Amino acid sequence: MSKIVIIGNGISGISTARHIRKRSNDEIVVISAESKYHYSRTALMYIYMGHMTQVHTQAYEPHFWEKNRISLVHDFVESIQYEHKVLELKSGTKISYDKLVLAVGSKSNMFGWPGQDLEGVQGLYGLQDLNALEAMTDSIEHAVIIGGGLIGIELCEMLLSRGKKVTFLVREKWFWKNVLPEQEARMLERHIRSHHVNLVMGEELEEIIGNEKGQACAIKTKSGEEIACQFVGLTVGVSPNIDFLKGSDLSLERGVLINQFFETNIPDVYSIGDCAQFSEPIFGRRPIEQVWYTGRIMGETLAKTLTGNRTAYQPGFWFNSAKFFDIEYQTYGTVLSQRLEGEKDLYWESDDGLKAIHIVWEVETGKFKGINSFGIRLRHEFFNKYLEEQKTITEVLSHLMDAKFDPEFYTNYLDQFILQFNQQNATQIRVKKKNWSRILKFIKY
Amino acid sequence: MRKEESLSIANPDYNGLGALPKLGTTIGLLSIIVFVMASFNLLEEANSLLLGVSLGGTFLGIVLYAVGIYLNKSAGIKNDGVFHRQISNKGLIAWLIGIVLTGYYILLYLYPEYLGLAAEGDTNTGLIGFFDPLSMFFKGQPASQWFVYGTFYTLAMLSLGIKFMLKYRHNRYQLMRTSVVVLAQLLLAYLLPEILEGLYSGEAYFAKDIKNIWPLNYYFFEEWHLTNMVDGGNLGMFYLVLGIFMFLVFTPIITYYVGKRWYCSWICGCGGLAETAGDPFRQLSSKSLKSWKIERWMIHTVLVLVTLMTMASLYGYFSGNSEVFGLSIYTYFTKPYGLFIGAIFSGVVGVGFYPLLGSRVWCRFGCPMAAYIGMVQRFKSRFRITTNGSQCISCGNCSTYCEMGIDVRSYAQKGQNIVRSSCVGCGICAAVCPRGVLKLENGPEKGRIKSETSLMGNDDLDLLNQLK
Ligand SMILES: Cc1cc2nc3c(=O)[nH]c(=O)nc-3n(C[C@H](O)[C@H](O)[C@H](O)COP(=O)(O)OP(=O)(O)OC[C@H]3O[C@@H](n4cnc5c(N)ncnc54)[C@H](O)[C@@H]3O)c2cc1C
Ligand code: SF4
Ligand code: SF4
Repeated sequence: MSKIVIIGNGISGISTARHIRKRSNDEIVVISAESKYHYSRTALMYIYMGHMTQVHTQAYEPHFWEKNRISLVHDFVESIQYEHKVLELKSGTKISYDKLVLAVGSKSNMFGWPGQDLEGVQGLYGLQDLNALEAMTDSIEHAVIIGGGLIGIELCEMLLSRGKKVTFLVREKWFWKNVLPEQEARMLERHIRSHHVNLVMGEELEEIIGNEKGQACAIKTKSGEEIACQFVGLTVGVSPNIDFLKGSDLSLERGVLINQFFETNIPDVYSIGDCAQFSEPIFGRRPIEQVWYTGRIMGETLAKTLTGNRTAYQPGFWFNSAKFFDIEYQTYGTVLSQRLEGEKDLYWESDDGLKAIHIVWEVETGKFKGINSFGIRLRHEFFNKYLEEQKTITEVLSHLMDAKFDPEFYTNYLDQFILQFNQQNATQIRVKKKNWSRILKFIKY
Repeated sequence: MRKEESLSIANPDYNGLGALPKLGTTIGLLSIIVFVMASFNLLEEANSLLLGVSLGGTFLGIVLYAVGIYLNKSAGIKNDGVFHRQISNKGLIAWLIGIVLTGYYILLYLYPEYLGLAAEGDTNTGLIGFFDPLSMFFKGQPASQWFVYGTFYTLAMLSLGIKFMLKYRHNRYQLMRTSVVVLAQLLLAYLLPEILEGLYSGEAYFAKDIKNIWPLNYYFFEEWHLTNMVDGGNLGMFYLVLGIFMFLVFTPIITYYVGKRWYCSWICGCGGLAETAGDPFRQLSSKSLKSWKIERWMIHTVLVLVTLMTMASLYGYFSGNSEVFGLSIYTYFTKPYGLFIGAIFSGVVGVGFYPLLGSRVWCRFGCPMAAYIGMVQRFKSRFRITTNGSQCISCGNCSTYCEMGIDVRSYAQKGQNIVRSSCVGCGICAAVCPRGVLKLENGPEKGRIKSETSLMGNDDLDLLNQLK
């Protein structure tokens, strides 16, 4: 029986702990500074908006940890002595380990803007950020959010829900440009504006201006415009939270360097989740993966290695999801923001501009590559199976009803989508009715 | 530089109460004041016009309020501020509403004379007297406390049902379900029985709401009720046969095909009130493992009790005895069940405690019908809530807004389908899920219950194991 210590109680650390417990009797200790109990970071916005309290975002009741013999330590790890296998905590306590997992997550990027340390300037990553925002909410009338990604738009929605005016400054030509193709980004921009966000595209932050009390009172853009505000949200991405790991033998680059087994350069020290960087990323994937699902998959996989079954990271096909105000987004496979050579695509949008589907395939082979869906829910297992079996676009489309996941009685937009597909590609794909025996073939149960 | 302004930067989602909601609130409150005055006999000239105006005013007030707060916002989930507001987060207002509702139910069930119910031969006064004209119109008899109750109940479901539909207007499942449950209340539970009562006014009373099925309608097999049906001519026989058919044949078959939702959130009056009037309180149900344990004990105990009580009644009916094993059937079986379960549990606690314990306390902890069809749903049904692969982000919206206190997330985050006897299929978990993870659907029993995580690994830290 060995003692496994995990730093970080986010989804990566907690998935590791739970899956170790399923497989072994090892001693498990989880140390985390942010909160005693694991909560869902993805639900931060809902706490601020009053949809839930923080307790609702905890996925396990307190007795779960006792029952599963996972000890929780609410403290900050100041330093690690790898040679003695000992951690030093802020409280002065020392904790030894046999195996160590670094699952310490990210921190918000700050690019050294003048004024970024003023009061009223912050990112959105954890509970401390949320408390800071809550504390100053009453004094905000106008907020400026910098950066056109997922956290930025969530912050816009949060502030709007509390009656603030919001200006959203996006540097790129279209919203979330490093991920989304232009068509769907344009649809989302219209939707964002319909929610009364002052969306400013193609504009960058130059500096944040403070008043005599050291509070942010305006921002200046690269083009010289000044916008008065009481709050500046910096949501220009996150980067691995590795400052406290610097200055030791541990190999770091942007993140903690790991191989495909999550092993660092130091024996018995592993790293997963937002803070880890693959020295050789899997083909077609990023070296640092900062999403919920990959953190969970990494944790589950690492638990196998730690319990004696050395297993490489095999995340399967890419999928993700998000919600932009009222529009849900799901993606399966790869839809890049620009078509690669040899790829063809079809973009369909509903008349009300609130639903869209973008599908991509290979011209030569007809092989299905990926799908983006907005305002229409689709079955994950369907696409996982069809990608795995390298099905063609024709096969995907003719069985698309099996993938329908909208609630009962919803308008069937998939028909419209396929109609447009047939018209534009001069095809005659006939859509088959939903068939449970086909569905059962790809659902694992 | 290209600068694009939104049409208006004023944010209509957060302007306090607008003019329309204020108007609605005023009209609604004025109407309610009329009812309060009537209760204290303060109305000089109570008449059918004033009754009509105040009933209509309550309806109009609520609908105007709802139109005002929802229609100027985009269609979508409207849970902003739920845990910031007193009323939906067990604040002072919630306590006050709880106390008033509870008090009203206590008067209704135990002391109707304080609501103005006259003794035999006298004329009604107070609130009940105020409703006499309407009751005379329907059936040529003065009002009873149950008539007043039924009218308020139907009014609440109708107006708050419209509010609910405006709130969820983007969701067709919610629109269908709510129109059906509200119409079922209005037509099957309220109008039809009242009209039949008028047509057959000379005959002894029996329940004429066909959807109020045994064991929810616990007195269906009680001696007096059976007698009245049997003596009630063709109509009585029809209701007797229909009642048995509904309970024995119709209910399990439909539940097999679509789950218990057909009853609990599409047809039933108790469920209908919870879904409409109770909607602002759905997030208050406890999701703890402990309350799940308590729930299973309580609800099945009530099912056993109603069965025992009914067996005793049937024995009494067929044998002609008023005692079973030396115990009076009335004193030891039917009366206590009616008082403690029928009145206090389902009414006083069930509805009175909406603002404190959530809207489905009765449905979850007490209703024997829910227990019965819950077993069908759990063990022999095509219904399930499918979890969409690995898309869950464990945010907790589904669990928070499940009125039945089901920890939906604990299944969803493991990729398991939700197959639970208590699920009433309201579909709100699926509606509030920001990642499109949940789908209520009917499908083959094969593959309905997933024992493993769908995509990655095998999750055997199963919730059921924790219970042991
Ligand atoms: C607002 C927001 C919304 C998001 N929404 C989505 C989404 O919808 N979908 C999605 O896929 N992803 C989303 N993400 C990203 C996702 O939440 C992260 O990828 C994921 O939470 C990372 O998990 P993790 O376990 O690797 O790290 P974290 O969750 O960051 O956990 C690391 C923990 O370690 C603690 N820690 C760090 N250093 C120390 C130390 N020295 N001592 C003690 N404790 C320490 C930290 O306090 C932290 O609690 C979102 C992120 C944010 C901020
Ligand atoms: S699990 Fe979902 S559908 Fe079932 S009762 Fe709860 S919220 Fe309603
Ligand atoms: S609401 Fe959806 S994403 Fe959130 S925990 Fe429930 S199933 Fe998961």
